[in-house]
Amino acid sequence: MRDRVAIVTGASSGIGRVVAIHLAKLGARVVLISNESIRILEALEEVRAISPESEAFEADVTSFPCLEESVKLTLEKFGRIDILVNNAGITRDALLVRMSLADWERVLAVNLTSVFQLTRMILKPMMKARYGRIVNISSVVGVTGNPGQANYVASKAGLVGFSKSIALEIASRNITVNCVAPGFIATAMTDALNPKAKEAILSRIPMGAMGSPEDVAHAVAFLASERAGYITGETLHVNGGLYMG
Amino acid sequence: MSNIAERVKKIVVEQLGVEASQVTEEANFVEDLGADSLDTVELVMALEEEFGCEISDDAAEKIVTVKQAIEFIKKSLDG
Repeated sequence: MRDRVAIVTGASSGIGRVVAIHLAKLGARVVLISNESIRILEALEEVRAISPESEAFEADVTSFPCLEESVKLTLEKFGRIDILVNNAGITRDALLVRMSLADWERVLAVNLTSVFQLTRMILKPMMKARYGRIVNISSVVGVTGNPGQANYVASKAGLVGFSKSIALEIASRNITVNCVAPGFIATAMTDALNPKAKEAILSRIPMGAMGSPEDVAHAVAFLASERAGYITGETLHVNGGLYMG
Repeated sequence: MSNIAERVKKIVVEQLGVEASQVTEEANFVEDLGADSLDTVELVMALEEEFGCEISDDAAEKIVTVKQAIEFIKKSLDG
């Protein structure tokens, strides 16, 4: 994907950071978006060491003006956007009876509404270019459900339906929209699980281990590549056999 | 003024891949020129770019014929 321009949200840590690095290694110029001011600069430094033209914007994905500005500056600098990886995501876990409306709304805003906003912004340039690869990071729990994560699961299942609908809308323009659904991946998000919960999860994974962010990045890079051009509306599961779609 | 009409027609030909002879002022983008909903969105984008104007979603919905497109552009350039 030499010289392709790729936007990655949530790119300062976890899966997003590794995805950004991996796309850079494959030759893409990467635009990192994150609201973590120091970590995004660290991530940018790492990415620029591989792909020097890469760029970073500190932006909250729930802020429409921030996203708009980031897209505008990206187009000014590169004149195109070929790849969008909607990766930014958060959890606010609680059993439904204890879940506040604020926790529900915050998770939906970051994980789902931001994807609506950003995808809408980048579709026009992609349509004009008659080329685009959109990869949305869903989750295995988006298809299996998970107690204590009704908000997160709703957002991740929402991404699957969203992706299929947009895939249908713009298939004729050589723009693909797919999801990658990671299982349990070793990141800060899963570090936060208590040891008992972790053990219970590991016992259910046929491969007997958590995945790495690299495992996910490879799947994202494939769907973001030119070669994956006939795959759209699909969800690629990366979960060590935990769930088979 | 005729220049605007010609430029609009040229864009319609390019965007919809139709013959110039089909692009009469009365031609309806969907019914006569075979545009689908995405084509009409792209047509509006191309008009915005060509004439450096902004066409709101509400206004775009009312532009269904070549004549309406030409008139809208003329009006917005006058304004």
